[in-house]
Amino acid sequence: MKLIVCIKEVPDTETYIKIGADQKSINEANVTFIMNPYDEYAVEEALKIQEARGGEVTAVTVGGERANDTLRTAIAMGVQNAVRIKSEQFVSDGLAIAKAYAGVIGGMGADLILLGKETIDDGSTQTGPMLGELLNLPCITMVTKLEIGDGKVTAEREVSGGVETIEAPMPCIITAQKGLNEPRYPSLRGKMMAKKAVIDEKDGAMDAVQVEILEMKSPPARGEARVVGEGADAVPELVRLLKEEAKVI
Amino acid sequence: MACTIIAVTEQHQGELKKPGFEVISEARRLADGCGGKVIAVVLGSGIDGLTASPAHYGADAVIKADDQKLASYHPDYYAAVIRNAAESVQAGLILMPATDMGKDLAPRVAAMLDAGLAQDCLKLELKGDVLEAERPMYAGKAIARVAVRSKVKVATLRPNVIAAAAPDASKSAPVEALTVPDTAAKLNVVSVKKAEGASLDVAEADIIVTGGRGMKDAGNFKLLETLAGILGGAVGATRAAVDAGWRPHADQVGQTGKTVSPNLYMMFGASGSIQHWAGMSGAKCIVAVNKNPEAPIMEKADYSIVGDLFEVVPALTEAIQKIKG
Repeated sequence: MKLIVCIKEVPDTETYIKIGADQKSINEANVTFIMNPYDEYAVEEALKIQEARGGEVTAVTVGGERANDTLRTAIAMGVQNAVRIKSEQFVSDGLAIAKAYAGVIGGMGADLILLGKETIDDGSTQTGPMLGELLNLPCITMVTKLEIGDGKVTAEREVSGGVETIEAPMPCIITAQKGLNEPRYPSLRGKMMAKKAVIDEKDGAMDAVQVEILEMKSPPARGEARVVGEGADAVPELVRLLKEEAKVI
Repeated sequence: MACTIIAVTEQHQGELKKPGFEVISEARRLADGCGGKVIAVVLGSGIDGLTASPAHYGADAVIKADDQKLASYHPDYYAAVIRNAAESVQAGLILMPATDMGKDLAPRVAAMLDAGLAQDCLKLELKGDVLEAERPMYAGKAIARVAVRSKVKVATLRPNVIAAAAPDASKSAPVEALTVPDTAAKLNVVSVKKAEGASLDVAEADIIVTGGRGMKDAGNFKLLETLAGILGGAVGATRAAVDAGWRPHADQVGQTGKTVSPNLYMMFGASGSIQHWAGMSGAKCIVAVNKNPEAPIMEKADYSIVGDLFEVVPALTEAIQKIKG
C-alpha cells in the first residue's frame, strides 16, 4: 500500500503565545515547534497499516526550512520518505494549502492519505476535506477507529454525542482524531536515520491565497478573580453571585 | 454590494438546533448592512415542520432539501445540496454553524466553489467585497482578524457567541424545494449510533460542567452529570480525565480538544493548565472548585471555592435544584 501523511509543525501546546511586532503573527522567539499532535495519530496509523500490509509511507508538509525538523520526526517514527513543499510564509488560507498538497500528492498514486483532524495553530479543520474535493476522493473526518478491508476502509467517527460508521472505497482520505491510536516515540535508531535522511524539496504553487490575516491580538483580559470561600459553606454565596451578579443561572 | 447570504441550519431529531438560528440572525444583520437577502437552507427527511421557523429569525426565503438520503448528516450529499443552493441564488456568502457538522461541511463546500473559508468565527463584518472575520487561533491563545477576498466566501460561526434574534412568529417566507443529486456520494454512512447519556455537545452548550484529575474515577462523573442535567448543560473533561479513560474524547476541552465559549464554565478538580485555559478562556463566567488554593485556575476564575469537590458539588447541586424549583 502507498500511504501519504500530511503533517505540519506547530508551537508546542505549552507555549505562551505572544503577538509579534507586526501584529499579524506570533513572536516565534523561544517557541519550540513540534509535530501537530493530531498529525502524530495520522503518522502512527499509517505506520501500523504499513507494518501489517507492507508498502511505504511518505510524509508531506507545506512549510519553510524549519519544517524539515518535523519531517525528520516523522522519519524517526518510521516513515520512509519525506517531501517538503516549500512555502516560507505562514499561510492561513486552508484552500491554498490544500491546493499545494493536491498539486504534489495528486500524482503520487496513494491508496490512503491521512491527516490530523485539525492543526492546533490555525485550528481551521479544513485541509483534509478540501483535499478530498480537489482530488475527488472520499474524505472521512475525525476518525477514531479505522479498518482496512478489501479495496475499502471502514471508519468510526465520534461526533456530537454519537458514533458514525462510514465506509469508503480506496483511494480515500481520513483525518485523525484523538483516540485513533497511541503514537509511538521515535526510536534512537530512527533518530539516527532521520538525521541522514534526504528530504525531497519541491516548489509548491501557493499563489491563490484568498484568506489573509490582517491583525492578531491577545484574547481580551478577564475581570478580577475572586475566591468566594472555603468548602460547602461557600456554596450559598456562590449561587447568589451566579444568579444575581453574573446572571448565568 | 448587494449580497445574497445562504444560512445553513442544522436539525437534530426533528428540531432545528440553536446554532442554526444564531447563523440566520447573524446573516440577517450582515444582509441588512448591504441591502441583501438571507436564504436559509433546511436539510433532512420529513422536515415540513421545520421550514417555518427560519423566517422568525430573519430569513427572506427557505430552501428545503427533503430526502431520505439527508435524514442524518452525509458529507457528500449535504455539500452537494449547499453548493446547488448557493449557485441557484448566486450567493456571495455561505454561513454555517461551527458545529461538528458545519466544520466538516464548510471546507467541502468552500473547495467546490473555490471559496475562502474562515472557521469558528467570533465576529463577522462585510466590507465591500471583503468578509472580515475574527477567529481564535492557537486554540484561543490569540484572536486573528482575517480578510476573505474570494468571490464566494464561506464562514462558520462559533455557537453561543452571537445571540439569536428574538423570534417573530408573525413572519413567514416562501419555501422552495431542492432535490439531491444522486451521484454525489463518494462514501457510505453505514450507521449512526447515539451515545449514551446526554447528547448535547460541549461546543454547543450554554453551560459546561468540567471535571479534571481530581474527579479520581469515571464513576464520580455521575455527580457532574447530575449537576449538568439540572443546569441544562453538558459535561466536559480535561485532557487528564480523557487520557485516564474516564470520559470520551468528544468531551475534551482545551488545546487538543474543543475550544468553547459557554455562558458558564464550571470546573472541578482541574488545575487550569495553559492548554486547558486556552480552550475555555472565552467563557463568559468561570467557576473553579479546587482543593489547592495555589492551583493556577484560582488566580483566573471569576469565582472560586477552595475545597473538596466531593463536598461542594452535592451542596451546589442541591442549592441550584432549589432555585430551579
